[in-house]
Amino acid sequence: MEQYEPDRLTPAQAAATRRSLRNGRASLTRRSLLRASAGGALTAGGLGALSACGIPAAGRTAGGTAAEDHSAKEKVVNFSNWPEYIDVDSSGKRHPTLEAFARRTGIQVKYTEDINDNSEFFGKIKPQLAAGQDTGRDIIVLTDWLAARLIRLGWAQKLDPSNLPHAYTNLSPQFRNPDWDPGRAYSYPWQGISTVIAFNRKALDGIEVKSVSDLLDNPRLKGRVGFLSEMRDSIGMTLLDMGKDPAHFTDDDFDAVIARLQKAVDKGQIRRFTGNDYTSDLSKGDLAACVAWGGDIVQLKADSPDVDFVIPASGYMTSTDNMLIPNKARHKTNAERLIDFYYEPEPAAELAAYINYVSPVDGVKPYLAKIDKSAADNPLIIPDKAMAAKSHAFRSLTQKEETAYEEKFAKLTGA
Amino acid sequence: MSTITRAEAPELTPAPETKPPRRRGRWTPYWLLLPGILWLVVFFALPMLYQASTSVQTGSLEEGYKVTWHFATYWDALSQYWPQFVRSVLYAASATILCLLLGYPLAYLIAFRAGRWRNLIMILVIAPFFTSFLIRTLAWKTILADGGPVVGALNALHVLDLTNWLGWTAGDRVLATPLAVVCGLTYNFLPFMILPLYTSLERIDPRLHEAAGDLYAQPFTTFRKVTFPLSMPGVVSGTLLTFIPAAGDYVNADLLGSTDTRMVGNVIQTQFLRILDYPTAAALSFILMAAILLMVTLYIRKSGTEDLV
Repeated sequence: MEQYEPDRLTPAQAAATRRSLRNGRASLTRRSLLRASAGGALTAGGLGALSACGIPAAGRTAGGTAAEDHSAKEKVVNFSNWPEYIDVDSSGKRHPTLEAFARRTGIQVKYTEDINDNSEFFGKIKPQLAAGQDTGRDIIVLTDWLAARLIRLGWAQKLDPSNLPHAYTNLSPQFRNPDWDPGRAYSYPWQGISTVIAFNRKALDGIEVKSVSDLLDNPRLKGRVGFLSEMRDSIGMTLLDMGKDPAHFTDDDFDAVIARLQKAVDKGQIRRFTGNDYTSDLSKGDLAACVAWGGDIVQLKADSPDVDFVIPASGYMTSTDNMLIPNKARHKTNAERLIDFYYEPEPAAELAAYINYVSPVDGVKPYLAKIDKSAADNPLIIPDKAMAAKSHAFRSLTQKEETAYEEKFAKLTGA
Repeated sequence: MSTITRAEAPELTPAPETKPPRRRGRWTPYWLLLPGILWLVVFFALPMLYQASTSVQTGSLEEGYKVTWHFATYWDALSQYWPQFVRSVLYAASATILCLLLGYPLAYLIAFRAGRWRNLIMILVIAPFFTSFLIRTLAWKTILADGGPVVGALNALHVLDLTNWLGWTAGDRVLATPLAVVCGLTYNFLPFMILPLYTSLERIDPRLHEAAGDLYAQPFTTFRKVTFPLSMPGVVSGTLLTFIPAAGDYVNADLLGSTDTRMVGNVIQTQFLRILDYPTAAALSFILMAAILLMVTLYIRKSGTEDLV
């Protein structure tokens, strides 16, 4: 715990930051804006402008990663999350756990559901983070690989462990040491995601599906099998099926998986590679079986009894959506307090009962049982020992690997 | 008025007060144009320039991108993704032809035969725009579902056997096939065809039809020699308004298609957002733009109309 030095500014540094914001080069006055636009108009004519607009290297943000922390003065925290990823009361407008946090701490949470897709959201915040500017967000929730990329690029702030006592104690052991953020110095999981095989019993019509091999090889499922457009989930599940470990695999293993999937694509076995939209296909029966996310299946099962899931004997993939504090966030301490709040068992149980993903909080089960007994017994929400033993994580990739793999996977999916 | 009285009067003094207003007016048109020009510069010229620059850069996210005038990106992009380009043009052209075949009779009906129903039918044509593009496309997934009545009927009539033979569908389904993508494109861009067709048809003087009849022209001859040539501006602008956005569309191919129906738009999206290969994405965009510009120019030359709408 002691090894993390919080990136606090000395009073002199803070003053310098303030000065530079108000009247230094960074200050945005009307005149500088006019000058900038006039300059832009002048150069726009020449080819010189083409050379002028390169994209600067990431990670070298001037003036460090932290901004002045306004947490004490401004009792707010700006929280960006995915849609339908938090508890909602019966009116559908209020979030009880966020209100409980506000009541206890006096910090108002400005909650925005503006993350719909990891890649798209990265495109959205990249310009500000690359330029070393505040994104206007204090907490963002990103899936493992994007969280890893942000940390790699130096765009996330180191967390202050002294503000995170509950998070430190209650984080479930299986999420403690991802290879991209050992010891959770920069991130804490919001929820865990299990990638499993789901099926529609009626559409299967007696066909047995127990593994990825069944999906890829059974001719009776031709054109009715779905895979996920999330590279790590589809590749990871197939790696496991081929007896490889997604935490330690080589380029050759990856190519073998691509070749295997390509064969299934070529013979028309795989209908589509989808995002969350597989859910409607599965409940309608257009997809008989597919690689799917556990949280979706819990909700689908409640609506259509034909939908169910199976954990392949070779294992399943686990990933997490992680809370991070982006560089230059204005309310770092408030954000850390909110992260810590969700690692207390009561709010964690309330959240898990509502959204049905894997809770990353240890010891949440008795609290969840009080709210919803069946949720507490559901291995997709609280994995039991047998299930947890089969859980695997995808290893982190270097930037070069990431580009190469994404390109190969994109070719597989048609573009 | 004052100029008239002055003109009637003997020309003793030249009118000195007419000059200053004219001088003041010289700049007025430019001032009025300014917002439009600014808009174009900020939202068209600068982004284009930025993309042009990106397309000749090399580098990576970590090291940054620098302009190295690497024009080979264009060649690489084209040689790698030409199937998707061909597919985009084919799909967009098919959808445009389908739109014309469906839209022309409807526009004709609204313009000449609808009578008091005209406004109602027009509203029905525009009504889909009241909901989002995405929702409209997703609705087709329900309509064309594998076990649904539409696919059942097509199967019973052996239509799918024919389309399977043509390679438009695969197996007993319509979704996740080229046919579904082309149908989705047709549906989504149909109003863009109908509206310009309607405006040009509606402008035709009905007395021309009467005159054709008086000269013993059969109804079909009237259509071929009078109505259709006069509606050409509508046909040209309608086909352009359909073809251009359809060629760049990626939503239909994504939601209604499969791995073998991906269009250029999908490739650009993947390159830009997933692979983070900004130069290739920018180069692909420029190739698409150039290809469309070339095709449109040839088309307008061929159809011999300068007067759009």
